[in-house]
Amino acid sequence: MTARPVVLILLVVALCVALLLALASGPFPLAVSDVVHALLQDGAPSPGEIVLLRVRLPRVAAAALVGVALAGAGTAYQTLFRNPLVSPDILGVSTGAGLGAVLGILLALPVAGIQALAFLAGLATVVLVYLIAAALRRHERTLVLVLSGVVIGALAGACISLVKILADPYDQLPAITFWLLGSLAGVKIGDLALVAPLVLAGLVPLVLLRWRIGVLALGDDEARSLGIDVARLRAVVILAATLMTATVVAVSGVIGWVGLMIPHIARMMVGPSFGRLLPAAMLLGASFMLLVDLLARSLARVETPLGILTAVLGAPFFLWLLARDRGSWA
Amino acid sequence: MRYGVVIALLSVLPGLAWAAEVTDSAGRRASLPDRVERVMAAGANAAVVLYVVAPEKMIGWPSAPRPAEREFLRQRERDLPEFGRLTGRGDTANVEVVLSARPDLVFDFGSVTPTYVSLADRVAEQTGFPYLLLDGRLDRTAASIRLLGKAMGAVDRSEAIARYVEEAEQLIDARLADLPGAKRRRVYLARQANGLETGLAGSINTEILERAGGINVAERTSGRGNIANVSIEQVIAWAPDTIVTWDANFFAQVFSDPVWASVPAVRDHRVFLAPRLPFGWIDAPPSINRTIGLRWIAGLLYPERFPEDIRNVARDFYRLFYQVDVTAEQLDRILAGAQPGHR
Repeated sequence: MTARPVVLILLVVALCVALLLALASGPFPLAVSDVVHALLQDGAPSPGEIVLLRVRLPRVAAAALVGVALAGAGTAYQTLFRNPLVSPDILGVSTGAGLGAVLGILLALPVAGIQALAFLAGLATVVLVYLIAAALRRHERTLVLVLSGVVIGALAGACISLVKILADPYDQLPAITFWLLGSLAGVKIGDLALVAPLVLAGLVPLVLLRWRIGVLALGDDEARSLGIDVARLRAVVILAATLMTATVVAVSGVIGWVGLMIPHIARMMVGPSFGRLLPAAMLLGASFMLLVDLLARSLARVETPLGILTAVLGAPFFLWLLARDRGSWA
Repeated sequence: MRYGVVIALLSVLPGLAWAAEVTDSAGRRASLPDRVERVMAAGANAAVVLYVVAPEKMIGWPSAPRPAEREFLRQRERDLPEFGRLTGRGDTANVEVVLSARPDLVFDFGSVTPTYVSLADRVAEQTGFPYLLLDGRLDRTAASIRLLGKAMGAVDRSEAIARYVEEAEQLIDARLADLPGAKRRRVYLARQANGLETGLAGSINTEILERAGGINVAERTSGRGNIANVSIEQVIAWAPDTIVTWDANFFAQVFSDPVWASVPAVRDHRVFLAPRLPFGWIDAPPSINRTIGLRWIAGLLYPERFPEDIRNVARDFYRLFYQVDVTAEQLDRILAGAQPGHR
């Protein structure tokens, strides 16, 4: 359990490189003069300036935020549930948000309406799961939570399938399919103004409570013996992680794998202590999503869905890491 | 007495007899009763064709007309029941319900790939209905309509419709024949509320844009697939001079969006909302309803070559195809956002 500040510094450097790379590449050719003009001068914006400031910058920032939120929520959940197989959508937040978005598409709502419905449905799903688990007191707490998450998630999944059947096959069905695979193609500055504060609102409690959450990883009894209100802490962590996940899923669509895989990779780098794990996972998540989104928009003229890329890139890499570094995770 | 029974039987028999053998667009053969009175469309494309060619033989819709669409359909057909899809893939129709409706003929209108041929065979085998598969590609449409008219015994009407389709296409070709490549408009099809879903060049969703002399900016780079998502940055890089959409949400906000403002089509107010009543003009479904869309797009792209008022063309089209007389007020609603100078 040696401190590894070097690793964190390296991760920060990697994130900066990824940020610059993502900002510098795209289908619209940007000249240096556009960048200078954008940074220094007022007046009517050139197309290049619009692309840089209003198209690429929001998208890059959103990719980083999505990575931070999903990796952060995943790390918190894996520690909270003491289970390495847990991802941010274990309590049904993504599926719930997916159902909300799909309903929004079915009702032909404007984009803001679809996002709001996705966000609210994601939150509502987790609240429902939490209440069900609280009502089933006789069983072991975390197990019941996870199981009700699975059950409600399956129900929401069935509802999504139902909406797909009802949707207009020419118009709405492709949109639903794309949404469920995740994309940042439509992100605007206005979206960031909503997303960033909400992600931050979820992140701050996790950072402030990192020591207690780390203790919780040892077991409920151990935590209680140190004077921690386990039930309340668990509720706070779930709320914070859900808030972050629901927020980013509402703008990006469902993106799998990041929240499961990034915490593991971070754990191999800095060890299991939550205080170090959380920043490492967030930095790594941001860099990873930046690169994945960069690929999504540069592999072809048309967008490749993010969910496909995270799985195709993530799965083999994850297996390779497991094979190489056996035993030191979990 | 006995003779009477035999005569009575004989007079009934022709109604039951399986007479004509028809070969469909895929080369499949089906025997039809010699009087085809009850016809079912297997999917949304076929439903439009059936409604246009022989509405009185229609027994139901794959999906019932929505409230806004009803006033543009004939009284009898707008109230017909919903049966669901019966194309063999992703079906929503209950085969037993379809069976109890006793159709004389079921047909589908669209792709004739081996997949659809085998699906059609499976449906025909399972249900025992004569099931025809008709080629729905733009250049095959007239032939398919004639084939269907013959199979259903509606030759006169199918001939009139087929001829209208052919003449509409010939008119486009004749007037655009000498159009220099450099003068061709660059068109982007915007779908969904964010406008970032599009149809790739060569897909059935954008066939109309290309047939009307436009260049679809979303050229196909690789592989299959019709619908793709693109980034706004890519749209700006493509710099289309015309955008066609059918999404009212997108249309309502595109002119006030600062990012879209850097697209030439938006700057020049050349974003047009495709009419959708009672069927889409450019897609949704991609069937013979697009005949009017072809003319509409050509007029948007090259007004100097198509000086006729689209309102008159549309009125004639609705009268011939949908058998409804649209009022000026209905035309206003159909064409909201579909003409230059709407803002």
